[in-house]
Amino acid sequence: MGSPVPGAEGTPLAAASSTSPGLRPPTRRSTELFMLAFAAVLVTCALILVEANQERELSMQIVWLGLAYLGLLTVVHLAVRKWAPYADPVIMPCVALLNGLGLVMIHRIDLAMADVKYADGSTWSIAAPKQVLWTAIALVLFCTALKVLSDHRTLARYGYTFGLLGLFALVLPGVLPSFIAPEINGAKIWLSFGAFSIQPGEFAKILLMVFFAAFLVSKRDLFTIAGRRVLGLDLPRARDLGPLVAAWAVGVSIMVLQKDLGSSLLFFGIVLVLLYVATERAAWVVLGVVMFCVGAFAAWKLFGHVQIRVQNWLDPFADPYDRGHQILESLFGLGTGGLFGAGLGGGRPDEIPEANTDFITAVIGEELGFVGLSAVLLIYTVFALRGLRSALAVRDTFGKLLGGGLAFAVAFQIFIVVGGVTKLIPMTGITAPFLSYGGSSLLANYILAALLLRISNAARAPKTTPKPRPQQPAIADQFTVMVERPK
Amino acid sequence: MQLTRAGFLVLLWLFVLAALRVVRSDLYAASGLRVPTPKFGRGAKKAARGNKAARQLVVTHGALAGTRISLDGRPIMIGRADDSTLVLDDDFASTRHARLSMRGTDWYVEDLGSTNGTYLDRAKVTAPLRVPLGSPIRIGKTVIELRS
Repeated sequence: MGSPVPGAEGTPLAAASSTSPGLRPPTRRSTELFMLAFAAVLVTCALILVEANQERELSMQIVWLGLAYLGLLTVVHLAVRKWAPYADPVIMPCVALLNGLGLVMIHRIDLAMADVKYADGSTWSIAAPKQVLWTAIALVLFCTALKVLSDHRTLARYGYTFGLLGLFALVLPGVLPSFIAPEINGAKIWLSFGAFSIQPGEFAKILLMVFFAAFLVSKRDLFTIAGRRVLGLDLPRARDLGPLVAAWAVGVSIMVLQKDLGSSLLFFGIVLVLLYVATERAAWVVLGVVMFCVGAFAAWKLFGHVQIRVQNWLDPFADPYDRGHQILESLFGLGTGGLFGAGLGGGRPDEIPEANTDFITAVIGEELGFVGLSAVLLIYTVFALRGLRSALAVRDTFGKLLGGGLAFAVAFQIFIVVGGVTKLIPMTGITAPFLSYGGSSLLANYILAALLLRISNAARAPKTTPKPRPQQPAIADQFTVMVERPK
Repeated sequence: MQLTRAGFLVLLWLFVLAALRVVRSDLYAASGLRVPTPKFGRGAKKAARGNKAARQLVVTHGALAGTRISLDGRPIMIGRADDSTLVLDDDFASTRHARLSMRGTDWYVEDLGSTNGTYLDRAKVTAPLRVPLGSPIRIGKTVIELRS
């Protein structure tokens, strides 16, 4: 664009004062391409290591697979370059690396489980090709989302619709009869249509976040009204507690109806953080945590499946071959991995149950060790960090809330997963975003990433030339209605 | 085997470091870019905390323009009633129009059921709202604000 004289091209001078004239902020798309290539190289290396350590034939095919992955990433990169040129350069490479590493680990678990025969004579169904297919679909969805949604603020208009849809999707598997919503591993969160099944809760998470962000933007004043002050906390008025109580009720009902502790915790956590971001009042968080503790305690007292989870958490050795089995194998796996891990392809992931979904971080911990697992966690941190940074920098309040919520959701989800696997909190059984096997989770998280890129694009793009605002009369001279003075 | 194991971990960490490098360079690049964002939650609070507490109330527009009232923590009544702290001789003001009261270190404005309403920075006051320093409060033809 060179360095035009301000005003020469019809740009108002007002625009020149906010961003320096002629100097467009860097888009940093080349950085993104470099990082994406780096991620592809890492994933290819991981695949080669797995194949070599499993003593399988190394052929040029692996390199082709790696190049195919790079090709996919390049397509995504071009889409971002076209539709969100100012988007954050680090988010997409983080996603690419996590997803690629997930694919390699799922393939690696397939190799380990290939000769396992179950008691009923069935064998392990190969998961990696399906996950590759899901990845391709997710990337298409990602690009479509970027293209269709050219401005994240349009989402705010459909806030209530999204909220209703999200609530519907969330509760649906819990209330449907079990031939369409079967109970798998004690949780009733799937909808099954013959060959494939979806987990509507993953999408509900995003829909509800859009709803809450839109709702809080329009009703923000309501939540900042001062109530009674107790122990240095400004407590909200009792009648403003409605939304929080509703969210709490939904969270508890998920826990009871669907037996899904993880989603319930995730959902309630997101609501609390959005409320906190919108009002900046610690009182909401304190209230919410207290309510959650009361609800969780009541659920623990009343329901058997919650008691089992807590029992496994407190003392997995009480029943090491049945109930405590999962968490024990995961801990043994992490212990075997030690500091530097057993090497990719060198561990025993066939020992860990649910290795490619809930416990995939345990498999990574076993093969890459503490050092590798902490690198993976740091990549998640960078992802969430960039999301929060975009939320801080974006100019509209809806974008701030939504971006903060989305970034927090990923960070909180990985906390719940890794916390469960490492026995910090009771095991809850939700998927690690981008890593775990599962179509719904992958699709939903790619949509989440697309939304974050959209918000970061809005945050970093140079401000478009502001429309000349109509000169408003001074506040004292504004229109006032003449009303008869009451006598 | 050992070499590749360590090599992969090194590569993984190099990726993390590269990502953090981009983040760092971006921190400085973006700092000049920031446009003053509309105050929302955190920003608004920080601005208020940075300054000292409100010391006086200043009438900026209207018949009483220039009037100052020093604040000592007691609530300020505004209206046409004779016993108000700030007595307005304004056709658009009600007898007991609005009240400013202190809670902690912040001042809150509250409308007392006036006919024509109280506005905090163009937003109608329907419930007690915190008043940041320098935000205009409009009552009829009179505009007041808090200053430190």
